[in-house]
Amino acid sequence: MAAFTLNGKPISVEADPKTPLLWVIRDIVGLTGTKYGCGAGFCGACTVHIDGRAQRSCQVHVSAAEGANIVTIEGLSPNASHPLQKAWVSEEVPQCGYCQSGQIMKAAELLANNPKPTRQQIVTHMDGNICRCGTYNRIIAAIERASREG
Amino acid sequence: MTMTLKLPAMTRRGVLAGIGGMTFSFALATDGTRILSTAMAGAGPVPLSPWVRIAADGTITILTITEMGQGSSTSIPLMIAEEMDADWNKVVLEWAPSDPDLYGYTNRGGHRSMSVTGSRAVMTYWNDLRRAGAQIRKVLLANAATYWNVDVSTLKTEPSVVIDPASGRRLSYGEIAAFGKVPTNLPNIDTSELKTPKDFRLIGRSVPRRDLPLKVNGTAQYAIDVKLPGMVYASALHSPVHGNSPESWNDAVVRAMPGVIATVKLAGGVGIIAESFPQALAARRALRVNWSTNRVDGFDSEKALESYAAIHADPKAAVTILDRKGDVNAAFTGAAKVYKAEYRSDYTYHAQLEPLNAVARFNPAGDRVEIWDGSQDLGRCRDLVAKTLGFSPQQVEVHQCYLGGGFGRRSLADYAAETALLARAAKRPVKLIWTREEDVAHGMFRPMTFQCLEAAVDSSGKVAGWRHCVVGDSGGQNLVTGGMRISSYYALPNQQLELRNVDHGVRLKHWRAVAHNFNLFAIEGMVDEIAGDQGVDPVAFRLERMSITPKARRCVETVAKMADWTAQRPDGRALGFSMSERSGTVGACIVEASLNRRAGVIRVHKVWIAADAGIVVQPEAARANVESGIVYGLSSALFERVTVRDGAVEQSNFGDYMVMRMSDVPSEMHVSFIESGGMPTGLGEISTPCIGPAIAGAFHRLTGKRLYHMPFTPSRVVAALNA
Repeated sequence: MAAFTLNGKPISVEADPKTPLLWVIRDIVGLTGTKYGCGAGFCGACTVHIDGRAQRSCQVHVSAAEGANIVTIEGLSPNASHPLQKAWVSEEVPQCGYCQSGQIMKAAELLANNPKPTRQQIVTHMDGNICRCGTYNRIIAAIERASREG
Repeated sequence: MTMTLKLPAMTRRGVLAGIGGMTFSFALATDGTRILSTAMAGAGPVPLSPWVRIAADGTITILTITEMGQGSSTSIPLMIAEEMDADWNKVVLEWAPSDPDLYGYTNRGGHRSMSVTGSRAVMTYWNDLRRAGAQIRKVLLANAATYWNVDVSTLKTEPSVVIDPASGRRLSYGEIAAFGKVPTNLPNIDTSELKTPKDFRLIGRSVPRRDLPLKVNGTAQYAIDVKLPGMVYASALHSPVHGNSPESWNDAVVRAMPGVIATVKLAGGVGIIAESFPQALAARRALRVNWSTNRVDGFDSEKALESYAAIHADPKAAVTILDRKGDVNAAFTGAAKVYKAEYRSDYTYHAQLEPLNAVARFNPAGDRVEIWDGSQDLGRCRDLVAKTLGFSPQQVEVHQCYLGGGFGRRSLADYAAETALLARAAKRPVKLIWTREEDVAHGMFRPMTFQCLEAAVDSSGKVAGWRHCVVGDSGGQNLVTGGMRISSYYALPNQQLELRNVDHGVRLKHWRAVAHNFNLFAIEGMVDEIAGDQGVDPVAFRLERMSITPKARRCVETVAKMADWTAQRPDGRALGFSMSERSGTVGACIVEASLNRRAGVIRVHKVWIAADAGIVVQPEAARANVESGIVYGLSSALFERVTVRDGAVEQSNFGDYMVMRMSDVPSEMHVSFIESGGMPTGLGEISTPCIGPAIAGAFHRLTGKRLYHMPFTPSRVVAALNA
């Protein structure tokens, strides 16, 4: 049994304490915007916010999320209205799209702490998130746009 | 706009039909598109299915095929909508069923196919779907003419409206659909009746891709996201040595683990079904299997690659002559100078970010199965699942999902066939997910190759003779010879192309741009080397000494101008050039690179590409696709490498199979399309194979040294510097 807040709602789930949070979110709660990419913390497709910090949910046991405030891509904004989500569409960032929930959540952490990041700060912050379609330059452009238009 | 998943419909045929409005059914026949009324579609010997439906409220539903990020789920229906003169804002999209007889095109082998590979989605559907759209428009016009009792030739259309200019009357497509009839004998469309580019309202206008909004809020549905009532989860452990099968395993131990429902013997591994995916993973970790053996046991890829040079030199080795033009021997005998160089490339892995997975569900009788797959080839998926189960194709329906990357891997659904076997055993719906480690270890790779290039330069300094030999494992699928034919850009008079095939038993597959990657590396490496030796600028050499075609010349001249080829570069940086060619498109590429000599690390700062892909249906999506191809090519040229030792793949995840990350990406990528006016050709792979040779060219200009083995790992770069 683990209890936490997910996208503003209290949740309690029955799961082995060592179950990765990723699978709790996807398969028990049923929010599938958070993706499984590598299961080892290399790719960032499973990135969610835990108490405001971008974390790889495949590397977090559900027991460690006890009492935490968790936000997934589904909870980032109502109606995809977060400046990053709007900028992602304007810059036509997604291709296959599979990594993009994680990319957006990682970028949202950056802008929350640093509303006007430099290009180098963006690259340093985002470097752990793999996009196999190679949309990196559009991701940078979208973060810059969101920072500008916020 | 959403693409909704239809649950629990067992069949979607007829979903569009029979709910009012006008339904246009057509099949893409070998002699062109046939469009039939709904009545005839139901009665004909070939069951035709609806592609387009216009509802009385004006909503136009058009089916589409697949989407892996290249934008074809938008561009395919866009071609119909263009010729229909449809209001794109009123168009909704649905996935087509897995039925190539109805929704496929006729492929080069004369078979019906829904395969979306080789960047050919737009080009293969271009003629048929535009013609179908024009037929639909003609039917709408005819209905309006009858309604108004006027001569149809006096009517015009604007988006989703028929207009009678004489009276100013207007009838929307929705209004026509409320009373209109689809005739049994549909109007013929002469090619001259199709729109010309100046009349396009949608094509070439960069209409926003329909999948984008779904991919920023987590709602795009990939196969891995499908959840069915009563569904259970599975993982699989495949033999670390390709081709081996499980003989026995610690079944009692595994089956006693929490949540485990069943274990299932698969052709190349063991599947484990459990109540939850983490439980399946825990059981997978506990699984101990005794594997059969085969010739791949003990295979060492580095040693095998070392042996390829000897195969090239062996006069007794079996040789397949792929092409022979002119008198090659005479060109070499009479040459002023002869050049020869050897090139090598390693295995690479697709690394699509969504690990392979599928969902399968049988009906209660067990004689029909539904599959959810993100598929590059719905028909082939259907047929493989059917064959695996002993079913007919009609007993299988595949529901398309978004693909979390394809790159050639998702045109073969071996994982979906496994899922079907697991669901049959579980008697419940099953979702099978290969772990990333499984996806790597049981991957299907781009083959490694050895290439020998020989060129004869005549007394005028022009290349007159050309020999290209590739040694590699074709995988029974022509995986090593694509891109050897250079005549679409270099019309050299005397050429011989040959293959010396090997067969290692390692699983192999098409990998974005396939053999063009290593063949272009060798071809353009050789050309660059001759240019250097002749003391001619690499771009000028291609323009003056390589019998360049007019189409290629335009690309070279355009990209040279874009990059300002002759301008001074910042200290420590140099430009490199390469031609490119793929799926009917010709391109030219320039990179600006620098080198950390001590670390052996090459960095690419800027890339320019000019490509002639004919008419570009979705320019912004196409640009994004070409940018993607650049990054894929860079990743392949600099990092990507699978090695096999003792029969097993040595890499396991993104910690040891390196792909390009944000900090490695060029800060500038410039893409220009030269639209020479012809029909579209494939452009999603044009920028991948030219990156390696362009980097090698830049490396030579920085160092005077040549790179002959892709990827250009630090140790290879250092070795080249010391050579």
